[in-house]
Amino acid sequence: MFFIITLKEGLMESLLEQYAHVVGNEVIDHLRQLANPLKGMKILHINSTKEGGGVAEILNRLIPLKIELGINADWEIITGEKDFYQCTKKMHNSLQGDRDDISPSLLSAYERTNLQNFERLKKKLEEADIVFIHDPQPAPLLNFCKERKGKWVWRCHIDVSHPYRPVWKYLREYIKDYDASIWSISDFAQPLSHPLYLIPPSIDPLSDKNIELPKKEISDFLDSWGINSDSPVVTQVSRFDRFKDPIGVIQSYRLIKNYVPIQLVLAGGGASDDPEGKQVLQEVKTFAGNDPDIHILELPPDAHRAINALQRGSDIIIQKSLKEGFGLTVTEGLWKGKPVIGGDTGGIKLQVIDHYTGFRVSTPEGAAIRVRYLLKHPGTMKRMGKNAHQFVLDNYLITRHLREYLTLVVSLTFGSKESIELKLPAH
Amino acid sequence: MVNQAFNIMDCALIAIATGEKAQNLRELRDQLKYIHPGCLYYHFWGGLLNPHFDDPEFQNDFAMWASRYLHDSKISEQLSIIDPNVFKDIEDLRREVIEIIEERLYTSDHVPWVKTGQEFHFIRSQIVIFDTGVSQRDPKDFLKIIPNMSLGSIYYHFIDSRRRTPGNKNDFSVWLAGFGDKYQGLIEGLDNIDPSFTTLNELRQEINFVFHNYFKRRSDGKSA
Repeated sequence: MFFIITLKEGLMESLLEQYAHVVGNEVIDHLRQLANPLKGMKILHINSTKEGGGVAEILNRLIPLKIELGINADWEIITGEKDFYQCTKKMHNSLQGDRDDISPSLLSAYERTNLQNFERLKKKLEEADIVFIHDPQPAPLLNFCKERKGKWVWRCHIDVSHPYRPVWKYLREYIKDYDASIWSISDFAQPLSHPLYLIPPSIDPLSDKNIELPKKEISDFLDSWGINSDSPVVTQVSRFDRFKDPIGVIQSYRLIKNYVPIQLVLAGGGASDDPEGKQVLQEVKTFAGNDPDIHILELPPDAHRAINALQRGSDIIIQKSLKEGFGLTVTEGLWKGKPVIGGDTGGIKLQVIDHYTGFRVSTPEGAAIRVRYLLKHPGTMKRMGKNAHQFVLDNYLITRHLREYLTLVVSLTFGSKESIELKLPAH
Repeated sequence: MVNQAFNIMDCALIAIATGEKAQNLRELRDQLKYIHPGCLYYHFWGGLLNPHFDDPEFQNDFAMWASRYLHDSKISEQLSIIDPNVFKDIEDLRREVIEIIEERLYTSDHVPWVKTGQEFHFIRSQIVIFDTGVSQRDPKDFLKIIPNMSLGSIYYHFIDSRRRTPGNKNDFSVWLAGFGDKYQGLIEGLDNIDPSFTTLNELRQEINFVFHNYFKRRSDGKSA
């Protein structure tokens, strides 16, 4: 399951060899060298969903790559009942700034669920050399693991630059005892006494969501959704979540539509740990009304090729988030050579460089004016698209992400000095 | 003259947030007085190995912040011109940056601020260095090796070397000097490469060009 091997010109190619075609052999050699001292090490990742959302997508590919490098990598998820997910959704929203208290009964469900999951995963958690805990859902596991052998790292994927303090204070009690934490950008990092590593996430160029697609497949997908080639297509791909501001995107569309004929696509897949999605989707449908040029697509979590086709078939990608962890849908759009109009928040600030890879905006009006500008200047769109693809190739592919994870593990394993020199094994 | 082999090393850098930030020029100066020396290293050199905007318009993160967010072109230009390689050590570099900022504060009518979300975040880094197991004795062999060198190796031997070697040199030049005067032309070519305003990719191409040019001239019988 973990090794993805394809037949190419009659030869079996390993996953790393496939990546070498995209990023170059020297990048892969570099990864092999860095992983050498980590061979055989037990590294365990824990999160709360196997499908849907950026974390699951990254882990789906990061784990097999680590295994191919000789690391004993494993991935487990924690599971819970409805009240657990209600609690973690509220926690997620509060950490992103919503001033919303969480009831003691929900917090009790959160703690109870973590204890139950700890008992199920106890052996693996105790034996691992390094444990990566992703996001708040499984954060209390460390608290229960008294006999731990390895180092524990909390990986935060969300924008906690301005958290609702009571909720952060509650969570901090679980985070403070970790050996280190990882944040996507420095704006998010909260003061803690352990090292705060900075590692932006990444996309996988070989996944169904990002590989090149035949033109026919793209047009077939667009046809099946009733999207035509008569007018430009502007697309936002994201979960139906208020922080993604789908209503604001429709407001922008209406401002553009007064001047230029366009089609708007709002495509969302649900993450299995997001109980609010249906309600937001209904609000979006109501707000869109019966406009035939607004396409609201509910896609299953595994509709990766469909999303790929949609992004490739669009003229402009929009991600008008009000809060954003990193915004992998932005990275995906850039990788496909599309200019991106993104909310001026979180990781979008790292990726959307004004006039270079797209435009950052703060209002529906701002998004509307930038879309109109780009549609009026196709040469600029083309130049930005080219920059965008190169920018992702240089900075935001999974090979860079893996390199930083390996560096972090070396750093945790071989000391915390500013400069760590690894010796070659004696032959 | 026989020289010892050149061991090709590689490195990877990881960024660590300090949690310290500055919202105006005065806070930047105050933080700089006490901040971890690794932050100066990171904000002057580290960006080359980390995700960054493609066009290296500014030589260091302090100058970039002053321009993009403080909108103070004077201080940005003065900070940008600092060549970190000419300082004896990080503490000398720290003093220079502080002095430039103090001078600006002294001559300025007001202290420029940035809005929330645009603060300067102090970051330090850890560098992991490893031996690739590849070594070379003949400088000519670098013609084949440099195009395939990882960017980590380029960084280690051409940028990081400047804080490890006498005279803040690149490792190639230091090694070539071990042959006496034999490769003086090549050493001069390498020393003349300006590592500023560039990406590691471009730097690799420049180093490769210098090696190629030198050995081509030698094979053509011209003075190298």
